[in-house]
Amino acid sequence: MHLHKYEKIWLAFGMASLVVFLLVIGFAAFWKGTHPQSSLDMIDQNNIEAYDNFKPENLGLQEVADGKYKVNIVASTFNYDFGVDKDEKPVKTIRIPQGSTVLFTITTKDVVHGFQVAGTNVNMMVEPGHISRYETVMKKKGEYTIVCNEYCGIGHHQMFGKVEVY
Amino acid sequence: MEATERNLQLFPKKDARLYMSFMYVTFTSLLVGGLMGLLQTFVRSGRFTLPFNINYYTILTVHGVILGLVLTTFFIIGFQFALMGKTVGISDKQRMVGWISFWMMLVGTVMAAVTILVGQANVLYTFYAPLAAHPAFYFGLAFVIIGSWISAFTNFRQLYVWKKAHKGEKSPLLAFMVVINMLMWVIASLGVAIAVVVQFIPWSLGMTDTINVLVSRTLFWYFGHPLVYFWLLPAYMAWYAIIPKIIGGKLFSDSLARLAFILLLMFSIPVGFHHQLTEPGIDPTWKFIQVVLTMMVVIPSLMTAFSIFATFEITGRRKGFSSLFGWFKKLPWGDVRFLAPFIGMVAFIPGGIGGIINASHQMNALIHNTIWVTGHFHLTVATTVILTYFGIAYWLVPHLTGRRLTPQLNKLGIIQSIIWTVGMLIMSTSMHIEGLLGGPRRSAFSNYAGGAQVDTWIGYQLAQAIGGTILFVGILLMTYIFIKLAFFAPKGVEEFPIAEEDTDAQKTPKILENWYLWVGITIALIAFAYTIPMIDIIKHSPPGSVPFKFPIGRS
Repeated sequence: MHLHKYEKIWLAFGMASLVVFLLVIGFAAFWKGTHPQSSLDMIDQNNIEAYDNFKPENLGLQEVADGKYKVNIVASTFNYDFGVDKDEKPVKTIRIPQGSTVLFTITTKDVVHGFQVAGTNVNMMVEPGHISRYETVMKKKGEYTIVCNEYCGIGHHQMFGKVEVY
Repeated sequence: MEATERNLQLFPKKDARLYMSFMYVTFTSLLVGGLMGLLQTFVRSGRFTLPFNINYYTILTVHGVILGLVLTTFFIIGFQFALMGKTVGISDKQRMVGWISFWMMLVGTVMAAVTILVGQANVLYTFYAPLAAHPAFYFGLAFVIIGSWISAFTNFRQLYVWKKAHKGEKSPLLAFMVVINMLMWVIASLGVAIAVVVQFIPWSLGMTDTINVLVSRTLFWYFGHPLVYFWLLPAYMAWYAIIPKIIGGKLFSDSLARLAFILLLMFSIPVGFHHQLTEPGIDPTWKFIQVVLTMMVVIPSLMTAFSIFATFEITGRRKGFSSLFGWFKKLPWGDVRFLAPFIGMVAFIPGGIGGIINASHQMNALIHNTIWVTGHFHLTVATTVILTYFGIAYWLVPHLTGRRLTPQLNKLGIIQSIIWTVGMLIMSTSMHIEGLLGGPRRSAFSNYAGGAQVDTWIGYQLAQAIGGTILFVGILLMTYIFIKLAFFAPKGVEEFPIAEEDTDAQKTPKILENWYLWVGITIALIAFAYTIPMIDIIKHSPPGSVPFKFPIGRS
């Protein structure tokens, strides 16, 4: 089979770029630890409270060390449960100081949901029987909308929350 | 000369009727699905609510199923039947089996569509478990898939019979391409068929209590990515083997075209994890391996880009344009059979770049399930693929009905292509930007928790409604052109433009037609990419999920 000289150059250049590209994302994934959310932990979706993170008193924001936080969330149609505040009212906004390291841990009681802190890399599928988690540093001040970005039923667009970085 | 004569020879009526039946469903789907799309953009603009209590997610499901699954599959199978009929012929028996396939797919489509329209299947076209639609929806899907397999095996048979009658000859290029596409389709749709028949149907009928959600999603995406190549390959067929004839040139390289199709077959299937990058329960190393396999598609894509532009240049230079870009200016811009697919090719440049971003292990996290993705596939399938299909329809439909594409209809086609381009530029660009800002896909209008971020999204949603309206005008115009070409254009003979090889073309290596080898490698790659992670997923399964009906409004 005949390949034109220009075509050889074109393909060689293309394949070389491809190799470089794959090396970059491979290096970032395996050496810098930037794999996408891939938690392998499981849970019984009919009894999520057996898992410490999802006991009612552990939901929402907790400071675990200086500048280190964790946020535990339970998703269900069509709501994110971030726990309750001092007045026993459901929390809708998570307030985090700028520069903190935050670990989001989430599971679902029913169908598949999404969890994205819009405009950031915190973007996870949430599936029954599985736990999803993602750790990030909240570097920029501002208000971020949390959206359910996987269709979960006819109230899907009413499932949201907010993160405020101050 | 023989080939030119064949291009001008109309099909027997009974063959043409079969091929046209698929076209009627295609263009009916375009109108119905397009109307749904228009309504969606209106709802999301926040200035319009649907009448009669119609649910946003009902029309969203109709839009996805009718355009993504029905329009594409019917057009592809009709077009491929016509290509096979032209290049290797069809027997009476094969035609009859073709009809069985058509009716089976149509019955399945109607079953699924009715179930959706009465609100019993608001599950979107991906029907993710454990959302549970009415069983009729899954039965409908199963019929569409199995009907399409009947067509596939008819196509295999057509080439087989031809080969037996033409010992030692290489198969016609277009017949080879059709067989590759159908092989890919059968291998890939096995995944979704297993999910539907083994998992969803018994579960929705109450014969099994629970479903393994991650397994069903993995089977869906094993099918979901080759699905998009199944849409794309017929467009590639036109780019490689039809467009050169339309611009008055020859095939660039028969072997290279075959090699590109083989590579697309091999690297289209073992890649589904790149749709599941942010999912729990799948080892990230296997995700990465499938990302690498996904990117291999860059190679046949670069080959295709080179071939196409080389054809343009060679053809122009043969016509005597010697300046650096003179050949480019002299392409037949006034011929809609060329212009519409050409715009499609151009759209594939940003479309392909977007695809690389989506499938990149990490960059995916920023855009996963945002409306960026919707913007991406409206560039690829709803521009590149559909404009090429339109470009095919402008000559295929009159060729089948014994009519002509008149200069006036050609002009309307050019206007249609421009309307489409403008509408899509507005809609797709605003979707891409809104997605980067975090706006989700597949959602009815919502202010969420309010605030500045949400406000920025709504402006882009308004732009999408404007783009969507322009596109719908394009759909109306296309429907008009189709009706004219099918029923009213003047009688005559429209060419079926199949390009020929140069007389001094190099021989195509025999190995390119070694089906055992290529299908063998394809299956080996699938086995490599899926066996271990699939065993992992099944071995580490959480409790199954019961059907959930209330979230989709079923009681």
